[in-house]
Amino acid sequence: MKKQSVFERIAAAPYVAWSAMFIIGPLLFVVFFAFTDANGSFTLDNILSLPSYSHTFGISLGFSLIATTICLLIGYPLAYCMSRMSERARNVLTILMMLPMWISLLIRTYSLMALLDNGGLVNGFLTGIGLPKVTFIGTEGAVILGMIYDFLPYMVLPIYTSMTKLDRRYLEAASDLGCNSVQTLFKVVLPLTMPGVISGVTMVFVPSISTFYISQKLGGGVFDLLGDTIERQFQLADTYYIGAAISLVMMILILISLAIMNKFSDGGEDIIV
Amino acid sequence: MNKEVLIRLNGISKAYDGETVLDHIDLEIHDKEFMTLLGPSGCGKTTTLRMIGGFETPDEGDVFFDGKRFNDVPPYQRQVNTVFQRYALFPHLNVFDNIAFGLRIQKRPDAEIKTKVKDMLALVNLKGFERRKVSTLSGGQQQRVAIARALINQPKVLLLDEPLAALDLKLRKDMQNELKNIQHQTGITFIYVTHDQEEALSMSDTVVVMAHGQIQQIGTPTDIYNEPINAFVADFIGESNIVDGIMLDDYRVKLAGHIFDCVDKGFGKNEPVDVVIRPEDVDVVATEKGMLRGLVTAVTFKGVHYEIIVDVKGFKWMIQTTDFVAEGETIGLSIDPDAFHIMKKSEFSGMFGDYSSFSDELEKLSDVTEEIEEE
Ligand SMILES: Nc1ncnc2c1ncn2[C@@H]1O[C@H](COP(=O)(O)OP(=O)(O)O)[C@@H](O)[C@H]1O
Ligand SMILES: [Mg+2]
Repeated sequence: MKKQSVFERIAAAPYVAWSAMFIIGPLLFVVFFAFTDANGSFTLDNILSLPSYSHTFGISLGFSLIATTICLLIGYPLAYCMSRMSERARNVLTILMMLPMWISLLIRTYSLMALLDNGGLVNGFLTGIGLPKVTFIGTEGAVILGMIYDFLPYMVLPIYTSMTKLDRRYLEAASDLGCNSVQTLFKVVLPLTMPGVISGVTMVFVPSISTFYISQKLGGGVFDLLGDTIERQFQLADTYYIGAAISLVMMILILISLAIMNKFSDGGEDIIV
Repeated sequence: MNKEVLIRLNGISKAYDGETVLDHIDLEIHDKEFMTLLGPSGCGKTTTLRMIGGFETPDEGDVFFDGKRFNDVPPYQRQVNTVFQRYALFPHLNVFDNIAFGLRIQKRPDAEIKTKVKDMLALVNLKGFERRKVSTLSGGQQQRVAIARALINQPKVLLLDEPLAALDLKLRKDMQNELKNIQHQTGITFIYVTHDQEEALSMSDTVVVMAHGQIQQIGTPTDIYNEPINAFVADFIGESNIVDGIMLDDYRVKLAGHIFDCVDKGFGKNEPVDVVIRPEDVDVVATEKGMLRGLVTAVTFKGVHYEIIVDVKGFKWMIQTTDFVAEGETIGLSIDPDAFHIMKKSEFSGMFGDYSSFSDELEKLSDVTEEIEEE
């Protein structure tokens, strides 16, 4: 590796300081609390108590995997179609995709709640046409729908970006070598847009597995996800320690899944043009 | 050439945003022919090739393949393969998988794919490169992978779009020979695009010279060189002095104030014409023996010969001679009757042929800009 010049080091200093304070610092605190008890002495009790939360880990992982998969199944074809539209249509759709990202997630979740509530718009419509009400809030479906609704743009945009970067010549070469459009999609487009898929999956999976307000608002308090548990532990001041342990394990889980995905796309970095 | 016509372009026109790029192209390509589309950058060569490959549809006119109308047949259903201008090798596949791509799509058995890829790698001199990533290959190697990837499908026609443009001179020469050999060995029809006239002349059975979206001339390399149809072709192919002349009668042409014997006929009496005289066809003689007389304004040593610029009554000629003459010397020029090539006046008359602004450096500069434009 190239040796850094003095100037480069000075220029990087503020960033290093910032990272130390706001990224490394909190991480260290998490690790610290995860391995200490109320007296501040080292203990493994926090970690060892985690098996009693295995149900929470289970449903969090399950919900976020389902939400991520559905986002991918909706997002990939959507991004593919967008990339093949006329420039105007493309720009309009991109704005439509980005617009919700400018609104606070919390507000978006509340608005979905307003739609799905027992006295909400959807049920109002259903009763209006003479159908019975449906209870959405408090079901698995509502929580997963909330995740999809909140995070879908984060799946579409990176995939769309890698689609637009995809050189047309590769598509022409595939066609030249005998691929119809479906074969081109699977043999060329999909592998070459893998980097976009990886970042899309990451950007949906990570917030999904750590969310707490979606399950609180749309789950009606029925589901205790990882985020809810951590939040509660931190809110009840003297149980920082369990919360930190859960956070630590969750972080490790996320890192492992990211590593697996990167392996899966092996050589992905060469593809990014 | 009596071989059957494989591809026929019939009155093909194409415009982008109202800008005409191809203007009624008529072209017949014969089986097993090595045909080259030659012309300056932007004249429509690539577009013509893409019509044959199926990547563009003509606004007007028809493409026939083996006598069948082909306009709306998509590329993947054409027995045509392409070596793209910058190769377009798949970055996610290694050399083996790139070359095997077409056969895999055809769902050929693995054993067959293995042998064929091996044969192809041998053909393009890349034995042992199977597992290499394409991004680690040099330009010349990538280019050969691109050729192998196309050839393995045993197409009827191989389209090559400036495949050697990115290579340095030495490698380019080697690859020209290799391509020519491959074409002989496989018997596949090659349609080759280049803006390099030397490449076109040395490789092709037939050269198609294009300018401004129109075909100027179709012929063998010898025909194109010796009998250019107009000033554009004469200027584009090799060096030439293109002089205004008047055809006094059959076999008699007047230029630069002198009446010469020539071997051309069939023009009107006193018809104004363009006359081509190649630099190597002018003899330097003693002043009193010369048909024309001129002042040497520049001398460049070229190894085999000297290239001199001679001012004859204000028109600068380029002449190649093995005798040394000095700058500032007045010399006589003598031209044999069969050295004249007479052409009808055309839209290109007067645009080319004078070497008054000529210098080697300028020529090199313009080559470089051309290459940059290609990028
Ligand atoms: N897809 C396109 N859209 C607009 N203009 C194009 C397109 N393809 C080619 N052209 C234009 O058509 C002309 C001919 O292009 P091309 O066939 O690539 O020339 P050549 O291969 O001889 O250099 C150029 O002026 C080019 O800018
Ligand atoms: Mg071109």
